[in-house]
Amino acid sequence: MDVQQTIGMEHFLILAALLFTIGVFGIFLNRKNVIVILMSIELMLLAVNINFVTFSAYLNDLTGQIFVMFTLTVAAAEAAIGLAILVVFFRNKGSIAVEDISGMKG
Amino acid sequence: MVVQAFAFYLFAGILVTSALMVITARNPVHSVLFLILAFFNAAGLFVMLGAEFIAMILVIVYVGAVAVLFLFVVMMLDINFKDLRKGAMHYIPIGIIIGGILLFELSMIYSYWQFAPTISNIDLPTDQFADVSNAQALGLVLYTDYVFPFQVAGLILFVAMVGAIVLTLRVRPGVKKQNISEQQARKASDVLEIKKVTTGTGV
Repeated sequence: MDVQQTIGMEHFLILAALLFTIGVFGIFLNRKNVIVILMSIELMLLAVNINFVTFSAYLNDLTGQIFVMFTLTVAAAEAAIGLAILVVFFRNKGSIAVEDISGMKG
Repeated sequence: MVVQAFAFYLFAGILVTSALMVITARNPVHSVLFLILAFFNAAGLFVMLGAEFIAMILVIVYVGAVAVLFLFVVMMLDINFKDLRKGAMHYIPIGIIIGGILLFELSMIYSYWQFAPTISNIDLPTDQFADVSNAQALGLVLYTDYVFPFQVAGLILFVAMVGAIVLTLRVRPGVKKQNISEQQARKASDVLEIKKVTTGTGV
């Protein structure tokens, strides 16, 4: 039997909302640590992906799953670029604290 | 039926718990490991929803590439993470307020939300793939209707790869390296010189 008939769609949506909120909260909780902030962003993207797949499954429309693949692509690119910037910043400053990242302040 | 509900609550519970551990763990290495656990449980949920291909892609891309990348960076950088947690308590109240408002609003939307009655009029383009596997159906849609976005996604990955390499490439002067084309282009006339040595004196 399909999961669509036994578990309501709201369960998945509430779960995604919870995960997204945890991601937002993580950004506030780790305001100084860029690595954990990037991980929180990954959590938020995961929540969005869960939403997409849920709607895709319950509406019988594959477009949501296609879009999840593009989201994954962008997330992977974002993680790679973000961590590269982080490594370069650490090499130049010797720190990854967010408040030290102010070189472009006028 | 009970099994499905049990599986859902198991996956969802571990997912939320590990997500909480990601943001609260003192050691960022533990954060990354909990992130991997969260991705595995999300993949389990995707399998429950019938999106097997996306579940496998999630495990391969996120656990195999992104999380390992995070792990590399966390272990490569010599950072004192104790200092970074100082003053974290200061931001908890505002975080709880904003997170609570967001969660309340999202739950409100999802609890009272329902499909529009005209949903059955919407053309569902993938109904015809009911008898093929999820991966095959995705391929049939992706390489026909979405081939242009697919190419753009490849371009994005290419640009990201070039960007990451350019950013982290360090050119160090004064390093002795073998330059093969220079070696191949060397001619005997450039480096060899015949000197007449007169008897009794040095060169």
